[in-house]
Amino acid sequence: MSSRILPIMKKEFIEVWRDPRSLGFILVMPVMMLFLYGYGISSDVKRVPLVVYDRDGRPPARELVNRFTSTDYFVVTARAESLRDLRSAIDRGQAKVGLVIPEDFSRNLGAGRPAPIQFVVDGSDSNTASIAIGNIASIGKSLETTPQDLRPHALIVPRMDLLLPIELRTWVWYNPELKSANFLIPGLTAVILMMLAALLTSLTVAREWERGTMESLIASPLHPYELMVGKILPYVVIGLVCVVFILLAAVFWFRVPLRGSLVLLTASSTIFLLGALGIGLFISAATKNQQVAFQLPILVTMLPALLLSGFFYPIENMPPILQAITAIIPARYFLVIIRGIFLKGVGLAILWKELLFLGAFALLMLIASSAKFQKRLG
Amino acid sequence: MSSNRPRRLWTLVKKEFIQIRRDRRILPILIIMPVLQLIILGYAVSSDVKHLGTAVCDLDRTPESRAFIDRFTTSDYFDIRYALSDERQIKPLMDAGKVRVGLVIPPRFAAKLASEETVAVQLLLDGTDSNTATVAQGYATQIVNAEATRILVERLGPKAIAPLAVDPSIRVWFNPDLKSVNFMVPGVVALILTIVTMTMTATAIVKEKERGTIEQLIVSPIRPVQIMLGKAIPFVIIGYADILLVVLVGLLWFRVPVAGSFPLLLALSGLFIMTTLGLGLLISTLSQTQQQAMMLGFFANPPFMLLSGFIFPIASMPEPMQYITYLIPLRYFLVIIRGIFLKGVGIEVLWPQALALLGFGVVLLFLSALRFQKRLG
Repeated sequence: MSSRILPIMKKEFIEVWRDPRSLGFILVMPVMMLFLYGYGISSDVKRVPLVVYDRDGRPPARELVNRFTSTDYFVVTARAESLRDLRSAIDRGQAKVGLVIPEDFSRNLGAGRPAPIQFVVDGSDSNTASIAIGNIASIGKSLETTPQDLRPHALIVPRMDLLLPIELRTWVWYNPELKSANFLIPGLTAVILMMLAALLTSLTVAREWERGTMESLIASPLHPYELMVGKILPYVVIGLVCVVFILLAAVFWFRVPLRGSLVLLTASSTIFLLGALGIGLFISAATKNQQVAFQLPILVTMLPALLLSGFFYPIENMPPILQAITAIIPARYFLVIIRGIFLKGVGLAILWKELLFLGAFALLMLIASSAKFQKRLG
Repeated sequence: MSSNRPRRLWTLVKKEFIQIRRDRRILPILIIMPVLQLIILGYAVSSDVKHLGTAVCDLDRTPESRAFIDRFTTSDYFDIRYALSDERQIKPLMDAGKVRVGLVIPPRFAAKLASEETVAVQLLLDGTDSNTATVAQGYATQIVNAEATRILVERLGPKAIAPLAVDPSIRVWFNPDLKSVNFMVPGVVALILTIVTMTMTATAIVKEKERGTIEQLIVSPIRPVQIMLGKAIPFVIIGYADILLVVLVGLLWFRVPVAGSFPLLLALSGLFIMTTLGLGLLISTLSQTQQQAMMLGFFANPPFMLLSGFIFPIASMPEPMQYITYLIPLRYFLVIIRGIFLKGVGIEVLWPQALALLGFGVVLLFLSALRFQKRLG
């Protein structure tokens, strides 16, 4: 049996080797993607552009603006001279938040009266908007004065919670600095692997059909599963090389702490890779057309891996139907594993269920693509 | 000859359409994929953090501590799944991912409150998901502060708390309910246009190369530019059909408002399609096999999604990264399409973006036409 798988493997290797441009892509792309997105993507909403319409212009008003910009949450990108200016800055996207300080702001503050200010938030980016609103509210709160404060016109006030009877002490586990890179980089690894693997194999069978070389394979005494295994193994090797690159970059460049077992991480990456390659193989066996074989993986791997796996959007927040769908997405389980090993340092005792699912999924995909292929032969 | 040109082009377009129709699997993908994407994105992408799995360890067990925990239970943000008697039990639950938040009420909670001492309540957060953890911390602080303020008022009377010195009122424009669908649907329109026009055009041309049928086209009196156009036009038409489809689903199903002018949207979509077609054609000249074309397309797709502001705001990226985003045409189109959909702005605001797209489109089309001609010559 193995003697028959080997030649197929060799043939597939030669095919990959003969197309150095593609091979180069395959090896370079994942690391490039990791760098590009590792730097580009961040879930922190910072430096939100702010347009200020200061009708007061006195020092307390300026101090107020300072309070908002000194936090790194807001950056003043425009000054408005009128409400229309402010509107147009937001229309043009020059600013996402507008601040209007009324004429009597310092006067009110000096007299110890509440001094209203007006914020306008561009809600079109709902995510940024809701975080910006939260930040406005919390900065606003930090400006609160207490009866103990003798200078109500000054904005430098003691923090209120120091005087409160209940104090909240927060401990953050696994990622004490709450660095979004620690969250996103392991996730990116899963997304990149998924896309890469499905792409690698999605074309291999379809290519044979389009070139007409499939008939000769059919005429050979090969068993379908031998063909599938033979076709997939070279890509497992290539995929593993990519895994090593990605993991090295994650640990040594992005300094994501690796607290768990490297062996377990490699093993589970391999199993995940097998399943992802299996998806590609299945698509490839199910369609004779390369164009379709290319569009389908985007649909079945990239989007779900990106959006339904918990990579960025927590699964708990999705509607129940969508949550049920995520149960069949392998990236979801791999994300639990990879984050668990990287950040939590947990082992098999906790991750066995996810691993089992990935293993079962890989097996199922291989069986399914062999079966699909068998039907085609008959 | 010149009178023949439109007819020749038309014949090519017809041929391409026949090829697309013959492939029974492509059309459903072109129709089902956009709608599926829209539904997934519309429902999956939600920035709210709610119903976080929480474990509570009440070491006080008094009516006061239970009332305090109730503030968390009733908040909609925290789902109390475990009530523990030992705080060491929290860590294994968090390891297993069963809870993301732990709350520990210290012994003598009620007694300390009664004697007007400050009580420290412990909040344990799973920091793996930094985003959720930050938001959860904010919610917890709000709840605790509200409760603390209430106790303070009870002790000292309402005068204990001064009115807010600075009273910020917040108004939300364009999307007052902060619905993320309203943000995503216009983005999906742009994304689908990219996928359809860029990758499909590229592979359609390379396919002819692979099959060797491109030679037949070359020896025919059809000019290279006509071949290019003939290949591209069907996908432009399909792209427009997809725009209509997605906008319709967005309007009727997700009830996304279109505040601006729809004709302007269609016109500026044309500019954007110029750039994606240009990219697709360029990819086709760079690739020998469909696999290469697909990989180049695949390589070009994720930056479109992740670095254009489609999901992650550009303003939050590091500065060098922000410069890179200027090279991504989708960045400009997203401003345009969201501007028209949500803000209802017109060309008087969107002209810089339209100009950028026009520039990109002309350069890309010119480049690819040059390369195309050289290849065939």
